[in-house]
This record gives sequence, C-alpha cells and structure tokens, in this order.
Amino acid sequence: MHLLYQIFIDPFVQMGTAPDLFVQTLWEGLVTGVLYSLIALGFVLIFKASGVFNFAQGIMVVFAALALVGFYEHGVPAYLALGLTIVLMLILAVAVERLILRPLVNQPEIILFMATFGLTYFLIGFGELIFGGDPKVMISGALGLPSGSYQIKTLGGFVQMQKIDIAAAIIASLMVASLGVFFQKTRIGRALRAVADSHRAALSVGISLEQIWVIVWFAAGIVALATGIMWGARSNVSFALEIIALKALPVLILGGFTSIPGAIVGGIIIGLGEKIGEFYWGPLFGSGIEDWLAYVIALVFLLFRPQGLFGERIIERI
Amino acid sequence: MRAPSGPDIAVGDVLLSVENVSLSFGGVKAVSDVSFDIRKGEIRAIIGPNGAGKTSMLNVINGFYHPQQGRITFKGQARGHMRPHDAAYGGIARTFQNVALFRGMTVLDNIMTGRTLRMHRGLLWQLLRHGPALAEEVEHRHRVEEIIDFLKIQDIRRVPVGRLPYGLQKRVELGRALAMEPELLLLDEPMAGMNIEEKEDMSRFILDVNDYYGTTIALIEHDMGVVMDLSDRVVVLDHGIKIADGTPAEVKKDQGVIDAYLGVAH
Repeated sequence: MHLLYQIFIDPFVQMGTAPDLFVQTLWEGLVTGVLYSLIALGFVLIFKASGVFNFAQGIMVVFAALALVGFYEHGVPAYLALGLTIVLMLILAVAVERLILRPLVNQPEIILFMATFGLTYFLIGFGELIFGGDPKVMISGALGLPSGSYQIKTLGGFVQMQKIDIAAAIIASLMVASLGVFFQKTRIGRALRAVADSHRAALSVGISLEQIWVIVWFAAGIVALATGIMWGARSNVSFALEIIALKALPVLILGGFTSIPGAIVGGIIIGLGEKIGEFYWGPLFGSGIEDWLAYVIALVFLLFRPQGLFGERIIERI
Repeated sequence: MRAPSGPDIAVGDVLLSVENVSLSFGGVKAVSDVSFDIRKGEIRAIIGPNGAGKTSMLNVINGFYHPQQGRITFKGQARGHMRPHDAAYGGIARTFQNVALFRGMTVLDNIMTGRTLRMHRGLLWQLLRHGPALAEEVEHRHRVEEIIDFLKIQDIRRVPVGRLPYGLQKRVELGRALAMEPELLLLDEPMAGMNIEEKEDMSRFILDVNDYYGTTIALIEHDMGVVMDLSDRVVVLDHGIKIADGTPAEVKKDQGVIDAYLGVAH
C-alpha cells in the first residue's frame, strides 16, 4: 500500500506543493531534450537519404567539438576556428562518401552499418592521436555564448535558467527550422527526399547519389558541431560524449527514423521523461534511473507504435 | 517544353543506335549481340516473351547496366559506359516496370524532381526563397503544371503518390519523365496491370507525347494489340537475341516471331 502511494500519489503531491521545483525540472528536461533532438537529427538526416544508421554520429559530435577547441588552442581566433571546423566537416563528408559509401553502394544495409562502426573507431583513434585523450573545455566564452543564469522569482520560489541553455534551445530551433525549409522547399531538399524514397528513380531523373550523400553527411556534420558546442559548454568535451549516440536510439524509436519533427518531439519527450522520472520517482529505485528510463520508454513505445510517432506506417503486402 | 511539332513529324535521323551489345550476369546471358536503332520522332517498341532481355536492354540504354561488349551511340556520340546521371543529363528519361515513384512525396513534388537538372540557382537563394531562385521555382512550377494539365491529374496534385491507385501512379511516373523534357523517353511496360480503359488512356497519352512534343519513345509492352497500334517499328527479342526488326505488319508475319510467341511443335 505504501509503495503504491509512493508511486502513484506522492510524486504528484510533490509537484503540487512545490510548483517552482516542478517547473525547474521541466525546464531542465526540455533543455536535455533539445540536445537529444539535435543528436537524433543528425541520425535522421543520414538515415533518410541513405538508409544507413550512422553509428558514427556520436563520435562526429566529439570530433567536431575537439577540432574546434584544438584549432583555438593553436592560436586560431574563435570564429575562424569555427569556420575551419566547418571546412573539416565538409572534408570528412567527402572522404566518407569517397572511401566508404561509394565502394559499398548497393550492399546490404547491415554492411553499411558495420562500416560506420569502423568509421567510429577510426575517428576515436585518429582524434586521440591529434587532440590527445584529455577532456577539454569548450570555448563557449570566446564564441560569444552567454554564461551565467537568470533567476526568475515565480510560484513561491525560484526557477533558475542557465543562459547557455536558452542559447542552445534557440540555436537548435533555428537549425531545425532551416533544415525544415531546406528539405521542403529547395531543389536539393526535394532531391534528398527523392533519394530517401527510391534510389533508382532518383538516378533516372538525374539526381547524383554521390552529391546527395556528401550534402547529408556535411549537414549531419554541422548538426554534430552544434551539438558538440552546446553539450561541451555544459560539461567537458571528451570522448566519453561518444556514448550519447546511444541515447539517440530511444529518441529515434519514439520519433521514427525518417522524421525530422519526430526527432524533435522524441528528443523532448525523452529529455522530459528522464528528468521528471529521475527527480520524482528516482529515489524509489535508488536513483540513477536517468540512465535507463529512456530505453524503457522506447520499449513500451515499440509495443504500441513500432513505426514511431511520425514514421510512415509500415504496411506490407503479402 | 519544345514547341509542338505538328501531328505528322517526319521520322528522321538515327537518335540512338545499339551495336552488337552483349550483357551477361555471371553465366547468364541477358542480351547477346543485339543491334538496332531508334530514329528521331518515332515510337519504337521492344517486344518479346518473358525473359527475352527487354528490360536489360532498356537498362543498358539508360546506363543502369554496363554491357560487356558493344557500343551505344546517342546523338552521334559513341559510348561504352555511362552513368544513369549522365544519361539523364544527356536527355534520356524513363519509367519503370513496377513503378518507381517517391512514395512519400506529393504528385506535384514527384513531377518537380524531373526538373532537378534544369534548376541551377544557388542553395542560399533557394533557402531564402527570394530573387532569382524564386523566379526559377515559379518558372519550373509553371512547366510542371502544364504537364499536370496534359495528363489530366489536376485534382490529385497535392496527394502523396503512395495513396494513389496503380494506374494513376503510372501516369504520374510518365509525368515525371516528361518534366525532364527528354529527347528519348524509355517506357518499361507502361500498361502492365492496367484495365482496358486505363490502357486506352495511356495509349492516348503516349501518342500525344509523341505528336505534341515530338519526343522519341522506346517502349516495352506485352499487349500485342497495343504494340501494333502504337509503334512505328518493332524489334523482337527472344532469349537475349534479336529475332526480328521491322514495321508491326512485317513483324506480325515473321515466322520466327510466331514461333517464339506460340511455341514450335516438336
């Protein structure tokens, strides 16, 4: 009886009695969610255009962030370092297309998936060789990102908002909006969607697969860079960040592997779920549920809507 | 779109010629030593029983397959090997045996993809949807609307193609190919799986495309009645070998063709 009370009633009583804490938790969940969305977005871009689940998206985040800090540490001014990192991501996209995708064209998807594993470990090794294995501090100050926080007096208490989190939310929204316009309204966006639907039909109207792949990997690289900056500004930039790639999985299951809005909504649901779960139900399970709650949410979701919130319904003809 | 060239266009010079093309997959010979040509402005049918190598032949012309032997001359330029992207660039459009459309996209967007190669404005302009890019988009949209009118699919232009019945999907696929303003249009069984009425509609469209836009058409078809009505010349393949080539009337009388289609008594 007491356990049932603790699970079903007590958390809601707490939410009611300390609304400021509840709002604070919501805000933190939202910010984490936005970052998850960004990571998931990188996956969706590549998955849409080439049907490859890019395991290397996580390491691309780390690689981009490390490169940015690395350039800066070598005396390159912050904004120039940002530009150089963008160029580096373009080079990476071209290299991936030339050396991995092109030779493996028409191979089963699992082969391409394994190839992205290879890419991941190559980037880890290569990154450590160049940048060293030590955690680094993101140059958020030099990039003009705000620090400090706002304290809002409300609901009989305080809600604290880090300025960097607000910036992250704004940048993420802008990024998502421009990607949306890009996909829906431009010739290249249309070509991207076409490639996602049918390779041979895309080829027959003269869309070059090679060019499209470079573009999506580059776009995913830019998204990775943005994620790296935002995530790095909250903690450190280290190779440990690489496992956040795994956090994108539940987000993708929720949102659908091919849907940009899905990635956003899925990320936010997972972020909110994690924070609220951790704060209100965590003590029951001895805390630490943040690490696995996302997967449980995804699992439950899989039972009811295997195609994800916004994914296309899978109807197969038998 | 090119200006209408009148109902009676003269069948002219050779647009594409296939010379001694052989294609095999491992030990299986799909096409062996086939030669024929397609002349400007004609409707050329490629027929033959199942497994005759018709689709393989189309895939060779379109650049999806690379023949081991032989060569293909298109617009006077000989080539052995070409990528589909280059074929599209050179003015060859096609449809597929089992419809290959972009299922998640609307009819309008599907047909717009046919304009890909003709749109050149920079990405930045496109993103801003402003200035020259907007003008370009409007201009191409205009062309696409013409095609939509031509194919009488105005009322479904906003529908995702995945939801359309098969017959209409085939029509949209034809629309996408037309949007490329091709010089040579390859149709792989444009009427497969259609009922009589749909077949009649499609035949009408094919003849109209040929008349109105002067597009050269090469088509694969199983329905002999349709082939005889539509085409100017017919090439017949059987087991990857060319067994006849000529006008529909000539081909119909050919003993080899009759044997291939009806079987020979042993």
